Amino acid sequence: MSFNVPEDRRYTESHEWTEPRDDVVRIGITDFAQDELGDIVFVELPEVGDEIEAGESFGIVESIKAVSDIYATVSGEVAAVNDEIRDQPELVNDEPFDGGWLIEIETNDDLDHLLSPSEYSEQI
Amino acid sequence: MPLNKPPLHEVHRGAGADFTDFGGWEMPVKFDSIRSEHAAVRESVGIFDVSHMSEVVVTGPDATAIMDRLTTNDVQTLDSGDAQYSCILDEEGVILDDTVVYRYPDGDGYLFVPNAGHGEQMAERWSQYASEFGLSVTVENQTDSTGLVAVQGPDSVETVEAVTSDPVGELSQFSWRQTEIAAVECHVARTGYTGEDGYEIFFPASDSEAVWEAFEDIQPCGLGARDTLRLEAGLLLSGQDFDPEDEPRTPLEAGLGFVVDLSKDEFVGRETLQDLEEAGVEERMVGIRIDERAIARHGYSILADGTEIGHVTSGTMGPTLNVPIALGYVETPFAETGTEIEVEVRGEPVEATVVDQRFLDSLESN
Repeated sequence: MSFNVPEDRRYTESHEWTEPRDDVVRIGITDFAQDELGDIVFVELPEVGDEIEAGESFGIVESIKAVSDIYATVSGEVAAVNDEIRDQPELVNDEPFDGGWLIEIETNDDLDHLLSPSEYSEQI
Repeated sequence: MPLNKPPLHEVHRGAGADFTDFGGWEMPVKFDSIRSEHAAVRESVGIFDVSHMSEVVVTGPDATAIMDRLTTNDVQTLDSGDAQYSCILDEEGVILDDTVVYRYPDGDGYLFVPNAGHGEQMAERWSQYASEFGLSVTVENQTDSTGLVAVQGPDSVETVEAVTSDPVGELSQFSWRQTEIAAVECHVARTGYTGEDGYEIFFPASDSEAVWEAFEDIQPCGLGARDTLRLEAGLLLSGQDFDPEDEPRTPLEAGLGFVVDLSKDEFVGRETLQDLEEAGVEERMVGIRIDERAIARHGYSILADGTEIGHVTSGTMGPTLNVPIALGYVETPFAETGTEIEVEVRGEPVEATVVDQRFLDSLESN
């Protein structure tokens, strides 16, 4: 099975993606991760304004069969949360890189420590 | 230890299944998605490969006597072609397994179906008991030579009748008959584990592909959907909702008192159950509706006013009901329907209510 790995973002070994945007970075889980988890039924996310630390869990994605932590890829302040997925958690399955994004973070970190698309593709 | 693979393993792989280890068998957990497979069974029909289930055949002059002594339900009431749900207990009344006992349509002996990985142990138990009490029976573990599929859902009658050489729509619940599918000799039983009407079909394992392909237009379903379906129907899972090692429970605690016939003179575990029935059980299985946005998982604590009163054994989001549901054991004073409780989900108590565990009937979908 081949999974979508967009070229315009960076990845973690724990299957989060990070997309640089104008003032923030956007974070979500990958196509591979949503497929592994199966039907997602709840997503628990931080509040806007919360401080999060790179490498630490900032939320939970829960599918019918499993619970999974989501790890921050950078440190910073939560600038936005995708409220749509509170009511439509299946968006994470359907559009993991688009409508199913999780949070945006205001950060001073760069993304060099994260995997490139080709490095991540090799892993999955 | 290498996992057993069902004869249809490669067929399932070709159909894009994801696999999981279940009772020592590598079985499909899903083909498409748990949600869509679950919906197919609730709304129309789906087919499961359940060849991991065990089959033990008991024949001989004392076949009825041994079945009656090693299972809790009244085997004497079974006519040829009848089946019944039952429990297998140890001497202390603890459930070793649950099973369906089928009396062969020709009247000659019994087939019973222990859960995955239990066939050998149960066949040994039967043989040892026969030897100890001088009963004349032949016991065969036919798990490896028997294939089993379940066709379940409101459209299952027409689906199965379309491929059988004899009418099976006329079979009543918990009965079975011999017939042919794709020129393969099968036993078709009106039984299942989904809360829907349906059939379980036994056949020689070597003919698995022919039988499976006779249902080629039917939604294949994995054990993931089987688990959500059985939980919505309030049916217990051996090894999880009861288990002689990790969750030792009597049928009275597990809400399976209805398959225990204490009017029988003798069966293994009877004495303990008789005492327990008179004294009352300290903990009981209940159905739980979670009233917040959270899922209760196996092992989570159940609380009342901050004090632990039990634990969850199974939990999920009910795909038909769109409500988080669970089964668990609580102290008996808290087992009444309507009791407000809490479940500790990742360290935080969430509100929940004790409900009738037949969730499909007791909860409305929203």
